[in-house]
Amino acid sequence: MKRHFRVWRGDASGGDLRDFDVEVNEGEVVLDIIHRLQATQTPDLACRWNCKAGKCGSCSMEINGKPRLGCMTRMSTFTEDETITITPIRTFPVIRDLVTDVSFNYEKARETPAFAPPPGLAPGEYRMQQVDVERSQEFRKCIECFLCQNTCHVIRDHDENKPAFSGPRNFIRAAELDMHPLDDRTDRKEFAQASQGLGYCNITKCCTEVCPEHIKITDNAIIPMKERVVDRRYDPLVWLGRKIFRRDQLESAENMAPSTTVGVAGTSGGTTLGASGVPHSSVRLPESAPIGPDGRMDVAELLAPQQGGLSPFGEDISFPLPPEYITYTHPERDKNQ
Amino acid sequence: MSTAIERHLYDVVVIGAGGAGLRAAIEARLAGKRTAIISKSLFGKAHTVMAEGGAAAAMGNANSRDNWMVHFRDTMRGGKFLNNFRMAELHAKEAPERIWELETYGALFDRTKDGKISQRNFGGHEYPRLAHVGDRTGLELIRTLQQKIVSLQQEDYAETGNYESRIRVFQETTVTELLLDGDRVAGAFGYYRESGEFVLFEAPAVVLATGGVGRSYKVTSNSWEYTGDGHALALRAGATLINMEFLQFHPTGMVWPPSVKGILVTESVRGDGGVLRNSEGKRFMFDYVPDVFRKQYAETEEEADRWYTDPDNNRRPPELLPRDEVARAINSEVKAGRGSPAGGVFLDIASRMPAEQIIRRLPSMHHQFKELADVDITKEPMEVGPTCHYVMGGVEVEPDTGAAFGRVQGLFAAGEVSGGMHGSNRLGGNSLSDLLVFGKRAGEHASAYVDTLPARPKPAKVDVAAAVEVALAPLVRTGGENPYTLQQDLQVVMGDLVGIIRREGELTDALKRLQELRVRVANVSSDGGRRYNPGWHLALDLRNMLVVSECTAKAALEREESRGGHTREDFPKMSPQWRRVNLVCSVDEAGEVHLDRKPVPRMRDELLSLFERSELTKYMTDEELSELEAE
Repeated sequence: MKRHFRVWRGDASGGDLRDFDVEVNEGEVVLDIIHRLQATQTPDLACRWNCKAGKCGSCSMEINGKPRLGCMTRMSTFTEDETITITPIRTFPVIRDLVTDVSFNYEKARETPAFAPPPGLAPGEYRMQQVDVERSQEFRKCIECFLCQNTCHVIRDHDENKPAFSGPRNFIRAAELDMHPLDDRTDRKEFAQASQGLGYCNITKCCTEVCPEHIKITDNAIIPMKERVVDRRYDPLVWLGRKIFRRDQLESAENMAPSTTVGVAGTSGGTTLGASGVPHSSVRLPESAPIGPDGRMDVAELLAPQQGGLSPFGEDISFPLPPEYITYTHPERDKNQ
Repeated sequence: MSTAIERHLYDVVVIGAGGAGLRAAIEARLAGKRTAIISKSLFGKAHTVMAEGGAAAAMGNANSRDNWMVHFRDTMRGGKFLNNFRMAELHAKEAPERIWELETYGALFDRTKDGKISQRNFGGHEYPRLAHVGDRTGLELIRTLQQKIVSLQQEDYAETGNYESRIRVFQETTVTELLLDGDRVAGAFGYYRESGEFVLFEAPAVVLATGGVGRSYKVTSNSWEYTGDGHALALRAGATLINMEFLQFHPTGMVWPPSVKGILVTESVRGDGGVLRNSEGKRFMFDYVPDVFRKQYAETEEEADRWYTDPDNNRRPPELLPRDEVARAINSEVKAGRGSPAGGVFLDIASRMPAEQIIRRLPSMHHQFKELADVDITKEPMEVGPTCHYVMGGVEVEPDTGAAFGRVQGLFAAGEVSGGMHGSNRLGGNSLSDLLVFGKRAGEHASAYVDTLPARPKPAKVDVAAAVEVALAPLVRTGGENPYTLQQDLQVVMGDLVGIIRREGELTDALKRLQELRVRVANVSSDGGRRYNPGWHLALDLRNMLVVSECTAKAALEREESRGGHTREDFPKMSPQWRRVNLVCSVDEAGEVHLDRKPVPRMRDELLSLFERSELTKYMTDEELSELEAE
């Protein structure tokens, strides 16, 4: 059966959508159709691909506006009369047709400090527990398709942010090394904040949504890093505390309060003060990793009700939070100060 | 577009950025050589990512009885004793070091309870031996090596202010010709896929790590890159190929639906309990255990099923026979009319274990089929059949150094593009370890070779001009044939006539048709300009695919026996006489393929003594056996 396709053709100097009618057979994916186009109508249609099995991350494109892998998009997911529009990924400069210049990602990867082997351990002496490596292994599933980089609004249509922002792909690399049981560096989070532009991310989770490997980029990498990198000086609650307590009260208040995270975590909110004058905190108690009866964590995100490990904010919260859930109110400046 | 040529000077040029290429490049850079890595795809997209099962290395973490001698024995058995024994020996001895080394680069393998690298069972391996990361071991390997290269670049940046001062990756660049100065390698010529501009690498040593040849086949698990570039470059530079008749057809590639056709179902599905059934529901592998393996494999379903939980007291299920045996068995079932609707057989894991266990053990397998084909492997059996997967044959190399034989000097090869290591059939898991062991050796010895040279060889201007002309020909020509049509025709010839089961008549026919195709390929043309033009790229690759296909067909016609990845219907038995023969291909000035016979090197006595005499009688001639007796 013939189906209607619109494919963007052109190069850095410009281009447009061209119309094609292509034969589509049962069980095919979008990349099959592109190959048929090349073989029958447009031998010079440029498109990257390699494994055709969702393992190499080469055939990233935008299909009906959605960042997808061509090899992982089944034709049966479209209705029969639907026109399928295929365009190159938008965040990176076009080279030709569906091929873009993704060198940005490689440059940023090169700026991220590599694994630092533990001194004093010879090859063959590394000992790690399965539960400990699994957190990093989730991020090492990344196939570098760069769909997360493509969809991230910090750099999509904002070239000016590119120099300062490494993007989700490199955040999970930093998180992976941070969680590596034997990595010798201790400044991964600080590096992400200071040099990768972690602060630009406002956790809209778009990267997680487009990840073909279903890596929980936001929940398991970005948020934990942000959470731990937030020093008290940036914490509005602590800032507020400094304003309303005397210095002698402040010491104990700071010592008693659990590490406070406000805004994204807030359920009961910390601005109400308890009888003791110490702010209540609804911060989640620490949770251990979900270990099965065999002493191992589930490798498969598909097994769990949700992908990857648990969100540090609980499973019933999704982001962004509706404004009425956020109990933080910006304090008035003290005019006398 | 100009014909201006960008020039680069390097000490070692590595062609191919898969496991072997990256490992060779790391070694060359560590030896202080200025190193270039040339990759047809983006950095990190190599075909190595497709390897799922793991990397075989006798570390003895899962079973302390494992050691390099057992691994060596398994490798020789799997290759039906045609392996270059020295390569198999080096491989078995050095694989553990190479795996441990990856941990120092940041690799995270799955662990045993006591925190060591976990090892899993695989077809043909006596003990659990495959270091693995779920079922994405190849990806872990590539990413680790990629990140090691980045870390070396960071060291260079700290020292010189330039990331690329000592090691540089040329992404999406294809090499079309090697350039010689007399008999010495002087460089490599190619083009940037992105811009179509030409580039010349002047270097005294070249390491080929280009992988295999699967794109010449209809049903293949290989990506577009696998066009036998390294094989063809070596031939044209005066090197030789051995054992090109041996192609591994992975027994369980998906045959339905089309979106996943050719994609492999990893052997660990069978290692973990998956069984093969025909259309009658019969577990047919018990009927196909060859005599040489009779002692190691279970005879009843009950015994086979007990093995999964108690491998020490039971024999292995026949589903775990070496790949060639399983592929042939499936082929026989289908030919006998007991196949699945799409022409394969059924691989059933759904009825063998609970869904959550399948998902835990085979996460990316489950994920892949769910997403690619909407097939749920926890609910229904898969339809599988033999898929062209790996070429055992390749550049004939000196075992210790990876230096190519033939008249050329300064050419090295490692990984799938090299031949000899796997004999007539490769064991699963031996590929990833092969890459590391011989990638390192090739990088090391290429560097050492550079140091021995009194002066740098210089490529001749006329050769460069000729290379430009050949590269531009398909664009200049008008009205020639479409490269895609030609590739399809080639795939039909190879798939139908030089496929898994071969006959004399068909092979002769294939050679005739390959000659016809050669005339047509010489007349190929492609529209569009030089900028990222896949039609043009394919037109240039066709030349390589064709010459390598011819070697395969010629060698397949010559070898009148069935062994490992080469099955002749007219010579169904393995012949001890033929075990002593390697078939060696070379190309003359006119581009004609020549085939010669060469004796297989005799195994050293201490290695021979690792095998029981009764086993050797299955492979060796009476003459060889009486020689052994006399000693």
